[in-house]
Amino acid sequence: MAAILFKWFVFLVASIFSVFSSVMMVTRRNPVHSALWLVCTFISIAVLYFLLNATFVAATQVMVYAGAIMMLFLFVIMLIHLEREVEPLRRISVAKLIAIVLTLLLFVEIIVGLSLAKISEVRPSVPIQGDARSIGTLLYGKYLFPFEIASILLLIGIVGAIVLAKRRKE
Amino acid sequence: MLEVPATLFLLLSGVLFVVGAIGVITRRNGIVVFMCIELMLNAANLAFVSSTRLTQGLEGMVFVFFVMAVAAAEAAVGLAIFVMIFRLKGTINVDEINLLKG
Repeated sequence: MAAILFKWFVFLVASIFSVFSSVMMVTRRNPVHSALWLVCTFISIAVLYFLLNATFVAATQVMVYAGAIMMLFLFVIMLIHLEREVEPLRRISVAKLIAIVLTLLLFVEIIVGLSLAKISEVRPSVPIQGDARSIGTLLYGKYLFPFEIASILLLIGIVGAIVLAKRRKE
Repeated sequence: MLEVPATLFLLLSGVLFVVGAIGVITRRNGIVVFMCIELMLNAANLAFVSSTRLTQGLEGMVFVFFVMAVAAAEAAVGLAIFVMIFRLKGTINVDEINLLKG
């Protein structure tokens, strides 16, 4: 009973904080502040992964997203002196308003879809565990071919980034 | 009292996705638009992981692994493209990047 109460408490804190920090990320005008709020969102989502017994995914989230990808973002922001180029405060135009309304309609659609879907949750006695061992067995067994393709994709990403960022000799 | 239902996790991922989508269409700074796309990918990942509660298989977590690989490659290439655009035009305001407009 106490464990379930604790899970609810962690879920509420992590979900409210993730929504709050994502809203802060969207509304801050300085891109460096946006990046730091995005790191907060990523870490609270990692906490939610722990709550879902996905320990491997949680660790990867912290290492890959909060570590590597956000470091890349901050590096590029510093590199092109974006922190000086703060967006001017503009009043909300009609096009933006229409776009926001349409996106909120998408949210209503998600809620309607969720409430119409017959979600039947099976509750096994032993909850499913997403630790590194079971994920690794699946990755190197059933999903070996997609795994190799993902590695080729990453290689192409590395080569592409280097080719694009290289200074042209003229 | 029951455990936290998977529907709540799916609802939260919907909220995060919509916040990211609003950011994509309202912000004009290219890198912030990119960060909002990362947030949307994360919301999809959260939906994938919470789907393991419903299917009783680990496939959702494996898909999250692949989404992360694609996101990492996309971030590297995309940011390189933004560095190029900044060198070319001196700005990354997405309203002023209109070279492809005929």
